[in-house]
Amino acid sequence: MGAFQLPAGVSATRIVRGTPQALSPPPRLAARMPPRGPATSGHLLRDGRSVTLVPAYLDHASTTPLHPVAREALLAALDDGWADPARLYREGRRARMLLDAARETVAGVLGARTSEISFTASGTAAAHQALLGTAAARRRAGRVVVVSAVEHSSVLHAAQRHERAGGEVVTIGVDGLGRADPAAFEAALDAHPGTAVAALQHANHEVGTVQPVAAVARALRRRGVPLLTDAATTVGRVPVDLAALGADLLTASAHKFGGPPGVGILAVRTGTRWANPLPADEREHGRVPGFPNVPAVVATAAALAVRATEIDAEAPRLAGYTERLRRRLPELVEDVELLGPGGADPAVGLPHIVAFSCLYVAGEALLDELDRAGIAVSSGSSCTSDTLTPSHVLVAMGALTHGNLRVSFGRDSTDADLEALLDALPPAVRAVRERAGAAGL
Amino acid sequence: MNDGSPAAVVDARGRRCPIPIIELARRIGDVDVGEIIELLADDPAAAADVAAWCRMRGHDLLTAAPGAGPGSYLVRRLG
Ligand SMILES: Cc1ncc(COP(=O)(O)O)c(C=O)c1O
Repeated sequence: MGAFQLPAGVSATRIVRGTPQALSPPPRLAARMPPRGPATSGHLLRDGRSVTLVPAYLDHASTTPLHPVAREALLAALDDGWADPARLYREGRRARMLLDAARETVAGVLGARTSEISFTASGTAAAHQALLGTAAARRRAGRVVVVSAVEHSSVLHAAQRHERAGGEVVTIGVDGLGRADPAAFEAALDAHPGTAVAALQHANHEVGTVQPVAAVARALRRRGVPLLTDAATTVGRVPVDLAALGADLLTASAHKFGGPPGVGILAVRTGTRWANPLPADEREHGRVPGFPNVPAVVATAAALAVRATEIDAEAPRLAGYTERLRRRLPELVEDVELLGPGGADPAVGLPHIVAFSCLYVAGEALLDELDRAGIAVSSGSSCTSDTLTPSHVLVAMGALTHGNLRVSFGRDSTDADLEALLDALPPAVRAVRERAGAAGL
Repeated sequence: MNDGSPAAVVDARGRRCPIPIIELARRIGDVDVGEIIELLADDPAAAADVAAWCRMRGHDLLTAAPGAGPGSYLVRRLG
């Protein structure tokens, strides 16, 4: 897959009507912005630029820094792609060319047609539109929406909305590794002939389990039920091909793979019935409301195209980190439960995510200890959630929900990051257990 | 064996995870092997974590026992 190319002529001459002026941000905003300049201590130099990363940023599954290629594309497109792409004058045509080129690039990487790709304001918005739009179009086929128990909250919240509007939601459980069984989907569909749409994520965001999407897609196709796959955890991380997956709808999120925040990808395969659940808007094939963020979309396409060239070499490197971490954890920390299948076999697990739970440990206290050691990771424990409920993924797996950590690696990750974590984790767990009077239990 | 009534009760209501599990672990030694200990806990993580703890420590969570239900967990000590 080649790199994203700006359409010929677009970046050669910039359109500047009027006099450009050097402006600074308003003082109150400027006061909060860090000084720009060469790397200072505490900043790591990566890709020859200063990026403010803590000693070990290991939360790349939450979000990952903007890819340098996406940054270049974003800056170019801010200058060239600012106009309304629906307008027919020169500036508008230029923005339209950029938007079209971005759509072609994304479609090419994902194995889709350009007419099937729309850009939304987030991965969350893409999941909402995908699920609710399909349920709306297939209202006459039935009111049942089938979802796996370990979907991202964006999918589950959309399903809840459908339920509140009079629909029914059927949830498919998972095994101890977080994997949904295609036979369970088949059984649910046979029990609920009035199923409008089903959803199964491509891989789980908390434990890295790859789901049997192709098998479920085949089973659904035989029954004429469309499948949505939320691929936010996989797109730009491992190869994702819509045709190979066999899903009818696919969603993804740019900030998860080095694109900018605020861009989601919504793919609706030709022939899939879909009706806009929101007020009408003709933009993005009539699937997404509002003025498109052309510069961010261009940066998204640039990120995805360059990621497609990087992931083959990157995956084994990151899988090496995750396997080393999974091997060392039980040696270094007592009563640690490894979660998910691990990244050794790409057919069942992602190369960049490791999840585990430490018995008798409060997740929040552990995050605090690690943060003090300069390590950024995330947790599915209840004390770290706004709702004070444990992660529905961990509950569905029957895993220990407290003391939970998710470590996720990215293109910036190094051996030193892993070593810093391996150094910091055992004393952090020990300290939290001692404070709770749980040492030696 | 016994009649199925708990030999000890741990009241961890109002305590947040992982404290109910820590309390349970501290007190499991108070009952003999084969006896039952009851944990009272209203933390939303307790149901998942009691089950996981029993699995990790080799005890038996009596989900079907009379008295088992929301907020009450009956655990038979097995080792
Ligand atoms: C699996 C999954 N789906 C969807 C989303 C939502 O994406 P966004 O952050 O762009 O709204 C996320 C992000 O947390 C995710 O992990």
